[in-house]
Amino acid sequence: MPRSYLEIENLKVEYFSSKETVHAVNGVNLRMHKGKTLGLVGETGAGKTTIAKSILRILPDVGSRIVEGSIYVEGNDLLKLKEADMRKIRGNDISMIFQDPMTALNPVQRVGEQISEAVKLHSDMTKEQCDARAKEMLKMVGITEDRFSEYPHQFSGGMKQRIVIAIALACNPKILLADEPTTALDVTIQAQVLDLVAELQKKFNTSMLLITHDLGVVAQVCDEVAIIYAGQIVEYGTKEQIFHHPSHPYTIGLFGAIPDMAGDDEWLHPIEGLPPDPTKPIVGCPFAPRCKFASEKCFKETPPTLKTPDGHESTCHNMDLVVKEGK
Amino acid sequence: MAKKVKKGQSEFSRFLYQLSKNKMAMIGLAIIVLEIIVAIIAPWIAPYGYQEIDTTALRQAPSAAHWFGTDEIGRDIFSRVLIGTRYSLSMGILATLISAAIGIVIGAIAGFAGGWADNIIMRFLDVIQSLPGMLLVIVMSAVLGSGYFNTILALSVGSIPASARMLRANMLRQRKAEYIEAAYSINCSAPRIIFRHLVPNSISANIVQMTMGVSHVIVQAASLSFIGLGIQPPIPDWGAMLSGARAFIRKSPHMVIFPGLAIAVTVLAVNMLGDGVRDAMDPKLKK
Amino acid sequence: MSEMVRVEGLKKYFPTARGLLHAVDDVTMTIEKGHTVGIVGESGCGKSTLGRTIIHLLEKTDGKIFLEGKDVSDVKGKDLAKVREQMQIIFQDPYSSIDPKKSIRDTVKEPLYVSRRYTKAEIEEKTDELMDLVGIDERLKYAYPHELDGGRRQRVGIARALALDPKFVVCDEPVSALDVSIQAQVLNLLKKLQQDRNLTYMFVTHDMSVVRHISDEICVMYLGQVVEKCPSKELFRKPLHPYTKALLSAIPSTDIDNPTKREILQGELTSPINPKPGCRFAARCPFATEACHQPQVQQEVEKGHFVRCCRVKEVN
Repeated sequence: MPRSYLEIENLKVEYFSSKETVHAVNGVNLRMHKGKTLGLVGETGAGKTTIAKSILRILPDVGSRIVEGSIYVEGNDLLKLKEADMRKIRGNDISMIFQDPMTALNPVQRVGEQISEAVKLHSDMTKEQCDARAKEMLKMVGITEDRFSEYPHQFSGGMKQRIVIAIALACNPKILLADEPTTALDVTIQAQVLDLVAELQKKFNTSMLLITHDLGVVAQVCDEVAIIYAGQIVEYGTKEQIFHHPSHPYTIGLFGAIPDMAGDDEWLHPIEGLPPDPTKPIVGCPFAPRCKFASEKCFKETPPTLKTPDGHESTCHNMDLVVKEGK
Repeated sequence: MAKKVKKGQSEFSRFLYQLSKNKMAMIGLAIIVLEIIVAIIAPWIAPYGYQEIDTTALRQAPSAAHWFGTDEIGRDIFSRVLIGTRYSLSMGILATLISAAIGIVIGAIAGFAGGWADNIIMRFLDVIQSLPGMLLVIVMSAVLGSGYFNTILALSVGSIPASARMLRANMLRQRKAEYIEAAYSINCSAPRIIFRHLVPNSISANIVQMTMGVSHVIVQAASLSFIGLGIQPPIPDWGAMLSGARAFIRKSPHMVIFPGLAIAVTVLAVNMLGDGVRDAMDPKLKK
Repeated sequence: MSEMVRVEGLKKYFPTARGLLHAVDDVTMTIEKGHTVGIVGESGCGKSTLGRTIIHLLEKTDGKIFLEGKDVSDVKGKDLAKVREQMQIIFQDPYSSIDPKKSIRDTVKEPLYVSRRYTKAEIEEKTDELMDLVGIDERLKYAYPHELDGGRRQRVGIARALALDPKFVVCDEPVSALDVSIQAQVLNLLKKLQQDRNLTYMFVTHDMSVVRHISDEICVMYLGQVVEKCPSKELFRKPLHPYTKALLSAIPSTDIDNPTKREILQGELTSPINPKPGCRFAARCPFATEACHQPQVQQEVEKGHFVRCCRVKEVN
């Protein structure tokens, strides 16, 4: 069967120090389709950023290790490439937008140069041509050309993030990894930035992996959704499938914990307990201690990935029970 | 059944644990502890008195009777180096502690008061820092006179501004923290906020600075006695011993080697420990 | 006397190198006993400054503050200390709002110790009670902040805020730094404490779904001014001010079948430094006219629904 555009197979990543090992990603399988946006939803420490950094292979040299797995882009395993080949891909075929726009830009370099530098690294164009492209990108993200020579501190948070987007898209990448791109922004600015990203994505037919914890953002921008918990994908499907028929207890818990904009419940429904300690290896299902559907099997055996009634995937022993009981 | 209450692991005990795993730092610490012990029991373990003269054995090379040889008046160098440990190490530590203590208080006042008080204090410190370090020490030593305690004071003055600045800088940063706002909101008095909240959270850089400072002061002390200030003969301060051996360096190098080695080993040990302290306090190593 | 806190014409300005920053500008509002008033707005609107000024953590520039009807605008010394005990605050960042060098027990104990009203034994007992009240496991009594996760640290902050039995608590974005599943736990805790101890909350946040859930009334702030104030549900049903409408429409909804029609605001926030008189939202407002550059007045358009907009009728 032909592989999807971006396909991650059984990825395992660890961070280690002399004292302990953190199992950040524990056997992740992910599929992303060309021209579509995949939302990767999970809470702090679930492993989302680690996955993105693994795709680009920008994990720290010391203290991290990709234990096993493959990351296929258009059929080629990125993890098998030489560093020199990887460098041609970064910023060019695959780009990343980081979470904090305040620190993602070089404070002592003019913004226009930061964009044109990205172009220069991946093409044979002259400096004038690169600058021209940079100005084009600025215009595309809604910043006037005359601000080419200004420094990052002269821009607000929302505008800095647009510059970051301009840099990421300057070389027309095939894949864009966006790590919580709007979390640090006000909600009205967030709306502007999300609209911009969606518009540019359609224009260039870029495939996007959008990492977020905000289900509202997912609803607005994503085509497909993967829910990640403790370094494992627990549910995966189209946006409609996940929002209409969430089938994994964690997903159901997440939807339940958000204050309902239409409802009038006096009390919220939190998911009791805390995520598991990532330094301890997990036996069975990582969500079992917090799951009200958990059975003995869940604490002993790794849950299988099964197909739900409407055709998406849930990694759960008791999927039938969960689907029947609903919330 | 009562649940076992976990005694929290304070940052200090975590720091100690982290430090203990650093081999180099532990070697440095071991050497310093050894020197401290030597300094204390020196008069009893030294084979000869530091002033004891043997006119028949002038400028002798190391031998069975005199492990480090003798100097130009016939005194046993080994004994003098052992007893000299008392002076060099203690002056280094005491001068550093005094300058750190004074610096921290000044820095805390300047950092907390702000405004014109801060300004005046900082300009005063600027004046002290504008004088070249060694020159200042020499001038202070000349003014205060020679002798053990005077030398310690002279040595401490030069390090006060750096210590004050370090604390003030960290305190300015901590002042804006929310836990300080919280302290105000529960009616903490200003002294309580300064000494119970601000200083403990601003002091770690000073501690690192101190461990590095000790070696700096030891060298300065040695330099002082080298040029004839500070500790006076016949007290066997290592620097003074080096100074006295200058004229004989060609024919009797042992007179220079052993005191010099003593200084070098001490400074190295202090630096190894200081590096370890700094690494152990580095937040990047924290979980 | 059903009012807990009232402010009249409250102003807080900060002198900066570029001019006077109007962080809070002429705010008048009343908070009833036992109610939760939500203060919403985006960065720079002054909501955090408002909370801190009311509880005297910042010195006001002008205006009046009343606590249970008594004028506490200019209290000093011992009176200020007494007032502070009645009005406490829970901070946003669980990582920087508790002293990293103290055990959490010491943090919760400190207000009791400083107040000098309790014996040693009473302090120990009350501290145990407080930690139990906010749900901190006995096992962790002597733990240090860095050993705990954000949710637990925030509970420590809540225990500290309640130590002196305050009547009024400013909650400054208390759950914004927490994960969604932990947020719900802490919000439930805050609600329960309010009911058990009859507390009055001023709940500052930028998260509209949270504020809707927890508030009785909501004030929307923009660049230091309150632009709309009304009962919570009504704000979402019938927002009147153009900024409120834009704010609400910008919230990404989880209802994928009914995507909100978004009114995208053009441009960026104008500067709160030396602002011109008149409506501060005019620069971005699609309905702005000449009249908007005159100083705006707060009108009670419907019962309990206040708006600061001269074109409120045309806009709706």
